[in-house]
This record gives sequence, structure tokens and C-alpha cells, in this order.
Amino acid sequence: MGEKKKYLTRMGDGSIVYMTEDEIRADIRAGVADAADRGKIPPLTEEEMDHIYDIITMPGGIVGVDLKDTVVTSSDSGSDKISTKCCIPIDRSINAMIHERVLGADSVDIGLEDYNYKTVKGVAKREAAVLKRALNYTTMPIFYGAMPNLGFYTKPDGPIDNWAVLLPEGKIKEAMAAQEEAVEHAVRDIVFVAEQMYDVGADGINLDTCGAAGDADFLAALKACEIIKERFPDMAVEIGMAGEFVLGMHGRLKYNGVRLAGLYPHDQVKLVEQAGASIFGAVVNTNCNATFPWNIARVCTFLKACSEVANIPVHANTGMGVCGIPMCENSPADIVSRVDKCLIEICKIDGL
Amino acid sequence: MRMQMTKKMRIKEAKQYVADKLGLTIEEICDVVTMADVREERGFGLANFEPYAESNIGMEAKFRIAEVLGIKINSVERFKERAGLK
Repeated sequence: MGEKKKYLTRMGDGSIVYMTEDEIRADIRAGVADAADRGKIPPLTEEEMDHIYDIITMPGGIVGVDLKDTVVTSSDSGSDKISTKCCIPIDRSINAMIHERVLGADSVDIGLEDYNYKTVKGVAKREAAVLKRALNYTTMPIFYGAMPNLGFYTKPDGPIDNWAVLLPEGKIKEAMAAQEEAVEHAVRDIVFVAEQMYDVGADGINLDTCGAAGDADFLAALKACEIIKERFPDMAVEIGMAGEFVLGMHGRLKYNGVRLAGLYPHDQVKLVEQAGASIFGAVVNTNCNATFPWNIARVCTFLKACSEVANIPVHANTGMGVCGIPMCENSPADIVSRVDKCLIEICKIDGL
Repeated sequence: MRMQMTKKMRIKEAKQYVADKLGLTIEEICDVVTMADVREERGFGLANFEPYAESNIGMEAKFRIAEVLGIKINSVERFKERAGLK
């Protein structure tokens, strides 16, 4: 017997790996089982797993969806990527125009290089000026975006004791109190920035990488969203997550009676809805040591469950290191397009 | 995208809404050739907008989009305030 045919695919770090049909199918099944177990959600059906296999192994460097199934895009610090990542020194309002008229984006956000609301607060009116320039010359929706990034409120950069220092010292109550205090600072800063952006006509506020510092970070985003929607009901809020799972750095924080620690995307989206957000940016982590078949099957299991319960649009975060995209700076289009096709056709997501 | 942001519509509902407002099919609103014609004729803005004197892009296009879709666009509303139009 000859050697079994092997297909080119990749590991979670982007490196090429060749796998047989049996190996791919086994990894798909294992990825689905892992997500179903962790999230306590239903596994994908046999047909859906077959469909993932077909997408992984279909010919062509780039794959796509039917015309009628295309979705829209949002981004995080999108308008700064050409300057920061490509080192092309252009104004962010021009960046926004390039995203609209050259790259075909459906929206973009203006964001500072130091992409967090605490930093932006001090230069919010200057940032609003950049946003206003972009809004005057673009047709697509423009967000202002940044991260809640609660860690920035800790000493020596901020006013609050660092809970990551307090916790190993056994100062549990002090660590919890510090996080609760940080939430109040972050909410105030986010709402202040949102007001400046609303005044110049922002279409939306992007609260990006929420939960990066744990459950208190996610709570800050939810509370800020609630206030923004109350004060500026015509302005959209997108809440994008930092990871698939809300870390319990505090452990006891709740929003509308639901404990935040340990929530997966299908539970996160329900709280994001309650806070009044228009769009939920779902994240599933990419495991660098696992194959693409394992990663994408796991992603689809989580995001199908999320999309099924969502009443608001779900935009899957398909940047480096999340939702099956490899953890490498230059994303391979073969994997990116396969991720997008899987997310649209299996998870029925609303955007990327 | 605007229907997702303003009305929290999922993608299928949003496409149907836009298609109905424009009198087109879902496939037509996803087609670049059809939509280039529609956008040019109705002044919704294009990526490639030559000839410049006759083109709509940015704020003037957003005025038209807001009216056709029956939504409020924040930058349009703020522009109206600043320009004394409301």
C-alpha cells in the first residue's frame, strides 16, 4: 500500500504541517470535544465536522463564501495599523480613508498608539479632532476605540495598589478592593472619552480587549457601555473580548447577578446585550502547540453556541492568535480565509 | 454595518432591510458591480469616485444614506447642528 495522502495545513504558531485525512478528522473531533467540555455546550454535528474537514482540505490557497453570504468587518486600532505595523507615517484620518477606499473595510476605528482609555483621557479632545477629520471625509461608520486595560490603573503608573502584587502576598481582600476601585476609575475615563467622541459625531465606541485584566476589566466595560448607551443612545458600542474565558482575578464580581469569572463567549454575549451594546466581538484563543484542524473545530464549537444565543450581531475576532488565526505577525491567507469560511458557514457569525 | 450598529440587526435581517429599502435582492446588494451603479446613481459614495466634480463621498453621501435607510447617523446630526441646519 502506498503512503496516505497528506494535506498541507498549519500549527497554531503558523508553521506548516502535513496531515492525513485520519489525523485531520481526529484533531477536529478532539477540538470539538475540548470546547464542548470546557464550555458545557453541545458539540458540533457530524455534518458540521465533515464541513470543517472539507474546508481545511479544499484546493486553493484562498477559499471564500457565496456572494450572498458575505459579512461586514470591524476592527481594533484599525486606523493606526498602517502607521504602527507597516511604519508608513500617515495621519490616522488618512488611514481611515485608505481602509475605506483601498482596502474595502466596512468600518474602522480611530485609536491612539497607546490604545487604552486611561491614556486617551488626557488627549481626548485632540483625538476627537482626528476622528472628526475622518468622519468628514469617509462614508463608512467610524468608531473611536481603545481598551479598558485596568492594569494601567495600578502603581507605579496609576493610583491603585497592584492586585497582581497583593495576591501572591496573600492580601486577598486588599487585592479585591483594589480591582473594585480600578473599575470606577476606568468607567469614568471611558465615559469621558466617549462624550468627546460623541460630540464630534462618532458612529460608535469600541471597547476592545475587554477582560484582559480579568473579571474587573470586563465589568468596567459593561458598566461603561450601560452609561454610554443611556447618555448617547444613538451611538453604537462594540464590546470585543480579550480571550475566550473571563479570568477570575477578583472572582466574586457580578453583573446583573451573574458572576463574571469563568464565563465563555455564549454567556459573555448575554451580558453584553444587557449592557446595551450593539455588537459583540467574540474571541476564542488559538493554541500554538495544536494544529489548525484542532483549533478551528474548537473555535466553531464555541462560536456556534455563542451565535445561536445572541440577539445582537457577533463579530468574530480574527486577528493574530485568536479564533484559529495563527500566532504570527504575517497571517497566512490560506488559514485566514479558511477561518472566515468556517465562521460564516458553520457559526453564522455577523461580521469579522 | 450601519444597521448592525444602529438597530442591532443580525446580518441576514440587516441585508434584507437594506435590500428592501433599495428595491434590490440580497445578491444584488452583495454585488460590487450592481452596487457601484446604485451608489453612483443615488449618491451614496464610491471607493473610486472619478469624475471628482460629480462625485459624492463622506458627509454628503452620509446625508443620503441616513435618509434612505431611515436611520440617524451621529456625524450627520452633529454636522447639521454645527452648520445651523437643525
